[in-house]
Amino acid sequence: MATTAEKIIGTQPDDRGHFGVYGGLFVAETLMEPLKGLRLAYEKYMQDPEFLKELDEDLANYVGRPSPIYFAQRWSRELGGARIYLKREDLNHTGAHKVNNTIGQALLAKRMGKTRIIAETGAGQHGVATATVAARLGLECVVYMGAVDIVRQEANVYRMRLLGAEVRSVESGSKTLKDALNEAMRDWVTNIDDTFYIIGTVAGPHPYPAMVRDFQTVIGREAREQIQQQAGRLPDALVACVGGGSNAIGLFYPFLDDAGVGIYGVEAAGDGLETGHHAAPLCAGQPGVLHGNRTYLMEDKDGQIIETHSISAGLDYPGVGPEHAWLKDTGRAQYVAITDEEALDAFHALTKIEGIIPALESSHALAYAAKLAPTMESDKIILVNLSGRGDKDMHTVAAREGIEI
Amino acid sequence: MSRISQRFSDLREQGKTALIPFITAGDPTPGITVGLMHDMVSAGANLIELGVPFSDPMADGPVIQRASERALEHHVSLHDIFQMVKTFRERDQNTPVVLMGYLNPIEVMGYATFAGAASAAGVDGVLIVDIPPEEGEELLQSLRDKAIDQIYLLAPTSTPDRIGRICNAASGFVYYVSVKGVTGSSQLDTAAVAEKLEQIREKTVLPVGVGFGIKDAATAAAVSQLADAVVVGSALVSRVEALQETPDKIGPALAEILSGMRRAMDAVH
Repeated sequence: MATTAEKIIGTQPDDRGHFGVYGGLFVAETLMEPLKGLRLAYEKYMQDPEFLKELDEDLANYVGRPSPIYFAQRWSRELGGARIYLKREDLNHTGAHKVNNTIGQALLAKRMGKTRIIAETGAGQHGVATATVAARLGLECVVYMGAVDIVRQEANVYRMRLLGAEVRSVESGSKTLKDALNEAMRDWVTNIDDTFYIIGTVAGPHPYPAMVRDFQTVIGREAREQIQQQAGRLPDALVACVGGGSNAIGLFYPFLDDAGVGIYGVEAAGDGLETGHHAAPLCAGQPGVLHGNRTYLMEDKDGQIIETHSISAGLDYPGVGPEHAWLKDTGRAQYVAITDEEALDAFHALTKIEGIIPALESSHALAYAAKLAPTMESDKIILVNLSGRGDKDMHTVAAREGIEI
Repeated sequence: MSRISQRFSDLREQGKTALIPFITAGDPTPGITVGLMHDMVSAGANLIELGVPFSDPMADGPVIQRASERALEHHVSLHDIFQMVKTFRERDQNTPVVLMGYLNPIEVMGYATFAGAASAAGVDGVLIVDIPPEEGEELLQSLRDKAIDQIYLLAPTSTPDRIGRICNAASGFVYYVSVKGVTGSSQLDTAAVAEKLEQIREKTVLPVGVGFGIKDAATAAAVSQLADAVVVGSALVSRVEALQETPDKIGPALAEILSGMRRAMDAVH
């Protein structure tokens, strides 16, 4: 298990957004000043008691925080070994952790006087969470979504439209999340004066990786207290899925200085790392620069970004947040990968044994916990971030089994 | 003096504004690019920008995005582009060539290797859209070691401080992005451009090029009265796209657009 004597919390990023050699600010000149403006506003309001009070009230009364942690007793017993606790982000309003961040950024947008919100989305969870807060704050909202994802996440597209957002189909490149992000950036550069871009994960140019992390660390702060109350001590291992990595960093961050807590980020191995059809840049990629930051990427020998594959649209991204890249290199966190099949097995197990239908993204974390638990003694504790609920995945799971619904 | 500086100094003596066409290397096929470069020079181009295709061209509009996709269908790489420039240089030793693209292909190749190979091929300048000077020290040094000019973008959102800082890092010329937006945007406001160019000229003696939004001979002529260089990209690349099934017609079509611009630009000087 990873141990470290040095304090990590508060050391990253540096003032220009670097997590070690990762992160930074790799954007076209037009965005440099707007990003500086965003950073200054973010730094100012994160010290502003009024802003923080409003954020806390929204998280409590609108999102429904704190989300509970739940001891999955039957499932733990069946697996044999460590006790598995679940952080129930699936119980948040809109059904995933994404809303923790969109609430924060939307309040910031309002303080900055922006009247128009844009976002990118893959599975649609971040798009829904953005459309939701935009509706509530009365802000115009445009969500970019790859044409491929629009087909496989039809229900979320309809939800966003019901919420008053305009969903724009992205037809360029691989027509998935990365292309939606490109298109949102193009919109932003064109409409910089009135538009706030709510990025949904801990990637992008500085200050996004740090800002999104800070909005998501509510997960880990709550969990750290809750597990001590319920189990009487800190967990031995944390497990969370990693696409861009926002739910994972949100859970991990408040535990980084707890040397006895092992940290596992779970990427999507798709059909298997050996097949090349996966979305696991930390496990099988190499460092490069995309979407405003330096991080691990899925790329070919010429530096072109390659198409990714995962059964879970939310993990289907060729990059990863720069802080995860840094945590990997420093050894403080370990990154592993889970295949589509393994994730589906965990999806069914949790559904049948605990009566909780997890998102396919979160099912990757559950699948790794199911591997880890039997290797640990029964007095050990694993805390898994159940980052979202699986209602959105009914079609995908049914189709996989040849059922049409 | 670099080939770029020499070219600008010659043009200044002749009282002319530089015309800089942009095409994506390998669009629609790799074999056509060198011929197009020569055709464009014959039609009045003074410097050529060659786009390096990238899978995720965040600062480009749909026209140049599709050009990248066409080139990448043929797996056009930096190595292929160096070869194109080398071949171009067999017949043309005077026209400067600038590679324009995104950082990641260069990052993967390694800065020093890239600079060495670019220089050996006869590349004169490099414009990387997504690396501001804050992140670019190491790359800049590698390029300087090989006497390659690094061209930087300036934008309507650039403050005087940033303009000064960027111009200090730049050599060859600087490139003012005339609109908030991506390549191929339409609304170019000449008065606003003039105002910004004045700010830029207070900070640098480098020639200033203007691009993004130059569509036809009229806009080229208007901008040529303000700038040292007029950069035209999407207007050419959309012709390449329209004629991709009849590649023999691409060279003459680009030449026609450029010679029209050349005439209009020279007429106002």
